[in-house]
Amino acid sequence: MNHISLTRRQFGSALGGLVVMFGIAPRIVAAAEAGGPIPAMLAANKRLDGWLKVDSQGQVSVYTGRVELGQGNTTALGQIVAEEMDINFLRIRMIPVDTSISPNEGVTAGSNSIEAGGSALRAAAAEARAILIQRAAERLGVTPAELIVDDGLIFNKDGAKRTSYWELADSQPFAREATGTVPAKPAKEHKLVGKPAQRIDIPDKVMGRPIFIQDMRLPGMVFGRVVRPLSYNAQLARLDDAAVRKMPGVLSVVRDGRFIGVVAEREEQAIAAREALAKAATWRTPEGLPDPGTVHEFLKTRPDIDTKTVNEKTGAAAPAAKTVEATYRKPYLAHASIGPSCGVAGLVDDLLTVWSHTQGPFPLRSDIARATGIPLEKVRVIHAQGSGCYGHNGADDAALDAALLSLNSNGRIVKLQWMRDDEFGWEPFGSAMTMSARAGLSADGSIVDWQYDVWSCTHNMRPGNQRGVNLLAAWHLEKPFERATPAEQPLPAGGGDRNAVPLYDFPNQRIVDHFIPDMPLRVSALRTLGGFGNVFALESFMDEVADAAGADPVAFRLKHLKDERGRAVLTAAAEKAGWKPGVKSEGSRGRGLAFSRYETTKSYVAVVADVVVDRASGIVRVERVTAAVDAGQTINPDGLKNQIEGGIIQGTSWTLKEQVGFDKQRITSRDWVGYPILTFPEVPAVDVVVIDRPELPSLGAGEASQGPIAAAIANAIRHATGARLRDIPFTPERVKAAIARG
Amino acid sequence: MPQSYQLRVNGEVRDVTVEGETPLLYVLRNDLELSGAKFGCGLSQCGACTVIAGGTAVRSCSTPVRSVEGRDITTLEGIGSETKPHALQVAFIEEQAMQCGYCINGMIMTAKALLDRTPHPTEVQVREALAGNLCRCGSHNRIVRAVLRASKGDAK
Repeated sequence: MNHISLTRRQFGSALGGLVVMFGIAPRIVAAAEAGGPIPAMLAANKRLDGWLKVDSQGQVSVYTGRVELGQGNTTALGQIVAEEMDINFLRIRMIPVDTSISPNEGVTAGSNSIEAGGSALRAAAAEARAILIQRAAERLGVTPAELIVDDGLIFNKDGAKRTSYWELADSQPFAREATGTVPAKPAKEHKLVGKPAQRIDIPDKVMGRPIFIQDMRLPGMVFGRVVRPLSYNAQLARLDDAAVRKMPGVLSVVRDGRFIGVVAEREEQAIAAREALAKAATWRTPEGLPDPGTVHEFLKTRPDIDTKTVNEKTGAAAPAAKTVEATYRKPYLAHASIGPSCGVAGLVDDLLTVWSHTQGPFPLRSDIARATGIPLEKVRVIHAQGSGCYGHNGADDAALDAALLSLNSNGRIVKLQWMRDDEFGWEPFGSAMTMSARAGLSADGSIVDWQYDVWSCTHNMRPGNQRGVNLLAAWHLEKPFERATPAEQPLPAGGGDRNAVPLYDFPNQRIVDHFIPDMPLRVSALRTLGGFGNVFALESFMDEVADAAGADPVAFRLKHLKDERGRAVLTAAAEKAGWKPGVKSEGSRGRGLAFSRYETTKSYVAVVADVVVDRASGIVRVERVTAAVDAGQTINPDGLKNQIEGGIIQGTSWTLKEQVGFDKQRITSRDWVGYPILTFPEVPAVDVVVIDRPELPSLGAGEASQGPIAAAIANAIRHATGARLRDIPFTPERVKAAIARG
Repeated sequence: MPQSYQLRVNGEVRDVTVEGETPLLYVLRNDLELSGAKFGCGLSQCGACTVIAGGTAVRSCSTPVRSVEGRDITTLEGIGSETKPHALQVAFIEEQAMQCGYCINGMIMTAKALLDRTPHPTEVQVREALAGNLCRCGSHNRIVRAVLRASKGDAK
């Protein structure tokens, strides 16, 4: 074993890196521990000094279990702490998640950072402030009520008695368990929360300073690349690697089963060796994938589909005078991060130390320990920022790849980045889905019955599942590990059935989830999980039923929606866009609206899309999108807008252009030509109205706009042309065909 | 065989000894420790690796180092400093023009090449100039606003 020690500076100033360790045993988060006055994440990680530390230099270190994925959550979490502790935002130091020192908050996903992580930090910070004031009062011989805090200075009314957080730092004020009982500041006293804050990570990014994992440079670091099998089920027949081993700079060729990798002195040498190794390998590639043309039907006929009624309501209602039915489909979608996944690993201070842009450092740690056979306490995972991931992409897999290459290189620090085709070929995709809806409409134009069925593979094959090892390389080893058996997560978060339950008030409804355990294509969590497909279907269908009722889409939705906040965002988006009922299209321009409450418990978003359809070519251009969002108490209004805008643009890209290509052997989308995404000239203008509710809890918003945009575009195309698009993506061929059908 | 190449990067002469076919990207990132340019695809499709060579925006992932000897190379690190950031860098902060920021090197460097050529572009020109640069987070409109802001001298 190597015994490398690294100073903080060697990690690159911006990468956070090693911070002096202090002894907190990481605890496993009991996700269901919610309820009670203490926020669940704080209950699971009670030590106050596991969350916050003040130092004599005037800084407050914040140990969050949430990772920065480019969504700006660390800035907003810092705002919350600065607000509660009455300090300048510049004093906040957000510590990257490190399994040795950070609270275990599981996975940063599901738009939960502010809603769950923020509430824990707020409670911790409020308690920290109270403790510091109590200590100050004891020291100054006054009562806590006499003391005022201003940017960490603590003083009484006439200023005669004073101390500061920084003077009290040495007394270990937070070496205790949090009670979670100190009330947080009332919203009306907020000075930082609710105001736009500039993101703390952006200056480094515009100046080109090393901030991403891909930028890490460590002493003695070498470069790794992997050679993946030709297809999911390809078997390695031969590997003639003798010549590759002699290539310039090549330090080692690693082969374990069908896991193949190379380590070289220089990055371009590792890449050249990867290419040579790929040529030196002979694979048997049996057919193993379904026909892409009929994949949705194929999935619906898989064995062992678990069919469950997840929501049912019966009540008195008028008889149905008319029945409307429709079936919608979404394809496999890729995360398609701009920066291919990267892992850095080596033996440091006797620990297998792995830097990763994972969403879940703690779950990743447990899977790496199992896949490498190294005891859990000898594995340390440290988060470093990567390219935006939008869910479970290749980040975790690249971390294990790097660890395996390092362990086969005497623990040398190896930086490994996937090539573009590794990312497209091997990332876990968002599952293809089929959604069927049937509604009964009464004579007076009300929905009296709503039947809805969704078929989907799993949306969660993340690491950290004790039933298996969910890391790619682990399945390819000579002694392979099994991946976990997939399981559906319960609503309201759900998986394939996320957002399948409408927020509308129908007297009778039945929502059925058909969970497909088989996964011919590798799948896992992609932003919104099943929410994108379900909101697309249900909000397209609302328009189809409104059409059958001869009703205006906005009025029809309002007629069926009691939820006041839902009504408010619908109305706000429609007003901002200047929605007028009954406007006829001249044949190419159209407008559509859609709405949802993310996960049925998080942010409300309504969007209005304005499209232009070129009837001859079938090309759809989304010109403008107007959105309204209610995320409860807004922490950083600009950060919230950025998330909503980004979700709308990414959702437009998914809707118009994207689907993972494959044939019966392998994934054929391998680069940006094979998987085109929306480009600058095609991007719509986006206008976001924020309905701030400072007195109400913050609601997750990071994924909230993606579902509505798909349906809004479909509804706009229908308005423009009379054609109804039910299969994503709305390619020019499909649009032309739908127009021809009329 | 590795050879010695004399490069002019951000106004400084830098000597490196590498194979002539080595993509400029790896020389910048690993030999010269300039992390601004990023590896995105290695195929000239996404623009994350963009630098300016001889006044033109080039994709450093597919530019052999031997082909840029003697040309002035500018990277993101070279267009501004902490005390004197470039107008584009200021504008990208003002507009908070990113989410993850992995593509931002390419956006700023492509925009710089545009502004050097066309100091006052229209919005359509900015979108066309950036058409070959991919952003996955959906920060496009903020990026366009930042470029226009920089071109108008609005960056504070």
